[in-house]
Amino acid sequence: MSHQSASIREPLILGEKTYHQITEDIAKPIEGKANNLFKILFTISALLALWGVACFAYTIGTGIGVWGLNKTVGWAWDITNFVWWVGIGHAGTLISAILLLFRQRWRMSINRSAEAMTIFAVICAALFPVMHMGRVWLAYWVLPLPNQFGSLWVNFNSPLLWDVFAISTYFTVSLVFWYTGLIPDFATIRDRQVKPKMKRIYSILSFGWSGSAKQWSRFEEVSLVLAGLSTPLVLSVHTIVSMDFATSVIPGWHTTIFPPYFVAGAVFSGFAMVLTLLIIMRKVLHLEDYITITHVESMNKIIIITGSIVGVAYLTELFVSWYSGVEYEQYAFLNRATGPYWWSYWSMMTCNVITPQLFWFKKIRKSLMATFIISIFVNIGMWFERFVIIVTSLHRDYLPSSWTMFHPTFIDIGIFLGTIGIFFTLFLLFSRTFPVIALNELKTILKSTSENPKPPHH
Amino acid sequence: MSKQIIYGVFDDEEVLISSAKALRGQGVKIRDVFSPFPIHGLDPVIGIKPTRLSNAAFFYGMFGTSMAVLMTWYMMIHDWPMNVGGKPSFTWFENMPAFIPVTFELTVFCAAHGMVLSYLLVNKIYPGRKAHNPDPRSTDDMFIMEIQTVDNKKVAGSEIISVLRNTGAIEINQKEL
Repeated sequence: MSHQSASIREPLILGEKTYHQITEDIAKPIEGKANNLFKILFTISALLALWGVACFAYTIGTGIGVWGLNKTVGWAWDITNFVWWVGIGHAGTLISAILLLFRQRWRMSINRSAEAMTIFAVICAALFPVMHMGRVWLAYWVLPLPNQFGSLWVNFNSPLLWDVFAISTYFTVSLVFWYTGLIPDFATIRDRQVKPKMKRIYSILSFGWSGSAKQWSRFEEVSLVLAGLSTPLVLSVHTIVSMDFATSVIPGWHTTIFPPYFVAGAVFSGFAMVLTLLIIMRKVLHLEDYITITHVESMNKIIIITGSIVGVAYLTELFVSWYSGVEYEQYAFLNRATGPYWWSYWSMMTCNVITPQLFWFKKIRKSLMATFIISIFVNIGMWFERFVIIVTSLHRDYLPSSWTMFHPTFIDIGIFLGTIGIFFTLFLLFSRTFPVIALNELKTILKSTSENPKPPHH
Repeated sequence: MSKQIIYGVFDDEEVLISSAKALRGQGVKIRDVFSPFPIHGLDPVIGIKPTRLSNAAFFYGMFGTSMAVLMTWYMMIHDWPMNVGGKPSFTWFENMPAFIPVTFELTVFCAAHGMVLSYLLVNKIYPGRKAHNPDPRSTDDMFIMEIQTVDNKKVAGSEIISVLRNTGAIEINQKEL
């Protein structure tokens, strides 16, 4: 059976739990009534989402001229948001796939909601490049379709096309990975329903899972292989996103450090978002016994390491631009720090390099309030990182006569806020209809890592 | 003796394993075990062979790789060679580095989806299917062993029940077929 944890380790499940108690605790938010806090949060999110949809509709109806783009800065706000959202998604896959391969048991309380976050973040991300096409009804032209749709096939030399393949593979594979894990938990919810309507809904969602030995044996194999496939997949996604920039000849973009630097940044921002969400969720849904300070601390350790990688990458970029002797590169970085967008550069530096270093202090690492605040800082800092990379590199051209500034319009901002609304609306709906913790997987570690001296009654 | 199904209900997976071992020692064949989570170490005891789904995933992945190679060759080299940024488009091999990302993604896409579809198929789970676990508690906190008398001609039903009772089953249910 699962091995006993060393006594020096903090238990991952607090309170005197039994298998049944875990089921009860996780099923409660699904079966109970929504409290007022939930209703308020949901209303705000849904209104924001509606506002975003209105801005989307206006953009589609009028054209992307309503955005703040100009002939020098040809993509800015939209691609910043795209990269930011995709990056946020990365933590979910890291938790569910990479930590599974490393047999990190603390992933079990958080993987379900982190994967949900991945899926919702990728939905938000995908909206931006689709919108930027202008004529969204022709979005299917990015697919490798026969050339009577246009004059040519799609260009397989282009990183933008690689992105189409990477994002769609990432989205669909994350979705089936998530759902495969959900099936047995839906079955648990199904088997405890008394109302016929609820029973019917969860019966359909659970695909008629019965939990026989052979089913479980296959389940474990599928989880392991999907984790093995998702691990290189998640690394490839942000690598390819970074190649959208790195394969161009724009100073500040044309660097080989981009793929690992983007992947580390993605994991960094993703963990920050997981913390932002889970610190609220554990409170609202009363899951303090399952998402413990130990979990928060483990995630904070990942924030320190990825934050430090990102910090080193910033310094490496500066050094290489100086050492390269290329004056355009040197100017690009000097301009980032001291040019008209200095405030975005220094916001990025403060939020991403300095604040996460506070987690070296155990007190801060174990404090929920401090973690919540720092996670917000990191979310903001990582948004600015993308803004800095994209806008400051573009707004100064090789031709000084085309130097300009980028100003987001009302619609730009509306769409961004709208995606935040969509994200939180989906997450809140998830939190009340789906088992937010992989409850059956969690039962496998109850005996080895709980506060209960003799967990199941025996 | 009529055909009977005997369900041994356990509240602890380790007790179930030791009970299963005792039953197997007496030559009793166990039809199935229903549990809320995978019980490690159970499969060899009740005689379940390792699944071959990962082999299937490998072949689905290889299929994805081949499709990607074929597609990039046909579209970029054979049907309409494009000269983009002076990159070679004479042979597939020369242009191959640019095709690696798409090839990788399609490999993962086919391996993952092929495997999951096969998983749903061999497990016979799909939306609308009726669950056949004998007791709703088996997805919560109970571990249920299913033994059919038709599988066990040599051991009497009463004998099986007494072994179950002595090895820690908290409840024994019988069903006539």
